[in-house]
Amino acid sequence: MLTLVAILVDGLVYSSWLFIVAVGLTLIFGVMKILNVAHGSLYAFGAYTAATLIGVYFDAGWPPLGSFALLLVAAVVVGLVLGLVLERGLLRFMYGRDEVIIVLVTYAVFLILEDVILLVWGTSPYFAFQPYSLLDNTSIGVLSFANYDLAMIGFAVVLGAGLWWAIQRTRWGKLLLAVIHDREMAQAMGINVTLVFTITFILGAMLGALGGAVTAPEISVAPGIGVEVIVVAFAVVVIGGMGSIPGAAIGALIVGLIRAAAVHLLPQVELFVIYGVMTLVLAFRPQGLFSRAEARKI
Amino acid sequence: MRADRSLLRVLVAFALLAAVGFALPDWAAFLLTLALAKGLVVLGLLVLWRTGLVSFGQALFYGTGGYAVGMLGLYLGVSDIVLLTVVATVLAAAVAALVGLLLARYRDIFFAMLSLAFSMILYGILVKTEALGSTDGFNVIQPTFFGYAPEGATMRLCIYLWTALLVVLAAFGVQRYLTSTMGNLAAAIRDNEIRVEYLGVSVVRVVWVKVIIAGALAGAGGAITAFAVGHVDPDAMTYWTVSGEFVFVTILSGTGNVIAPFVGALLFELIRSFAIQYSPYTWQMVLGTSLLLIILFLPNGLWSLVTRLGKQE
Repeated sequence: MLTLVAILVDGLVYSSWLFIVAVGLTLIFGVMKILNVAHGSLYAFGAYTAATLIGVYFDAGWPPLGSFALLLVAAVVVGLVLGLVLERGLLRFMYGRDEVIIVLVTYAVFLILEDVILLVWGTSPYFAFQPYSLLDNTSIGVLSFANYDLAMIGFAVVLGAGLWWAIQRTRWGKLLLAVIHDREMAQAMGINVTLVFTITFILGAMLGALGGAVTAPEISVAPGIGVEVIVVAFAVVVIGGMGSIPGAAIGALIVGLIRAAAVHLLPQVELFVIYGVMTLVLAFRPQGLFSRAEARKI
Repeated sequence: MRADRSLLRVLVAFALLAAVGFALPDWAAFLLTLALAKGLVVLGLLVLWRTGLVSFGQALFYGTGGYAVGMLGLYLGVSDIVLLTVVATVLAAAVAALVGLLLARYRDIFFAMLSLAFSMILYGILVKTEALGSTDGFNVIQPTFFGYAPEGATMRLCIYLWTALLVVLAAFGVQRYLTSTMGNLAAAIRDNEIRVEYLGVSVVRVVWVKVIIAGALAGAGGAITAFAVGHVDPDAMTYWTVSGEFVFVTILSGTGNVIAPFVGALLFELIRSFAIQYSPYTWQMVLGTSLLLIILFLPNGLWSLVTRLGKQE
């Protein structure tokens, strides 16, 4: 029973994290058909920026609760700057080329950004534990959970619901859906697809950076944190169906719960259980659980 | 007649590579061995690329080859280089045949993603296997050559000669394959699969064979790397960044010719050794920038420079 509660809570916490990290990736893929390998770098940039800002903030001795807003600020700034630079400065020249080539372009961006991080922040780790320790622990029986982790669940739910609302219920979201459905037709109807692309990429970049920013207080921010995130985020997005936001949520839940179960019951399989699930899903539904299959073109 | 001539070409090519090995200093021969091993893997990616497929999980077969060599030495004490290489290659091909059953049904990004997932499964298993040193890996047995067990520089030279022989054979074999009917179907499949099906060819079977060829070549490359480095570990053999490196070299070299992967891999290893020595923190930046430049300005890789020169003459 205790193990079950532990699996459930740990799984939900991990799922929330996965969702926050992966949702930007799936958004960019859905609209632009770009599989953004540089998403991991955006995550790392978000984490480093948040850690730096929090360090400065607490040194200055301002009210500690404000540090949570700082996490958001870090994500918005990183996403805006990097997203704008990458989309306007590089990716827009690649539209229309093979999807696989664009994957390689973002892979190149990832390699470059990894070193930019090293040049800016150096090799020694950064810590931003203050927001984490500000919130206390909650005990359920003998189990103890950090409130920061539990807050992450709430945050993921709010984020998911907000995105759902923005896409399904606002004018801008409907324009986005039109572009997702048929890019050329949307353009013919007078939608400014270029602008939609730029905004989507910036939004996706912000979400990637947000993933890093909210994780920063939980980890030591060190070189290489982005590399691991990429493949896990890919797995989540592929399982749910690339480009589908509800899919990302379901994918995150599946991966999160299964991994938590593996950690508690069979730790040896922890690392590859994610990819095992991904392989299984792809074997039976190559388009993912929540994506429409495309008709074959002759 | 034709068979005789290609035998002669194989011999000449091998003699040239061997002469280079004797002429070069020890460290350069070591570097060349690593580059040729990488070139073997990239040669496999070339076969896939011509069909329009990119595998982001070639490290699965590369790692299988490397770990097969390591484990055979560790548990069975086998040290003969020929036996080890053959077993490693066959094992990698068998793994490729197995995952290929699934992979061959996918194209584009899905092919890339699924191959990545498979390679990450192997990585996950190896990291958690303490008997194989988990993340630290373990040392590989020193290879012997039909009972002859050289040391130090002589051994490295012997490994190089064996690598050179394999590379020459592989390059000629793949060249033969690419000009065969099966090989020529690559471009047709890339252009339009359904029309190829109408010709009465099973596309899935053709792709499956290509996955196996690429897997076997990657396995041989992994085995050689294990001999040369004398150590295998999950991060250097099976992590997704290793696969990414192979794809990088494929783009760098271009897929116009079976020699291109080896030239590209050599260039890659040279740039890497110098970059790591002189500016370790900007090495990946150099890589990424050159990848972008090549995609933008030389979409057919460095080899297109060679063909361009040929046309001008």
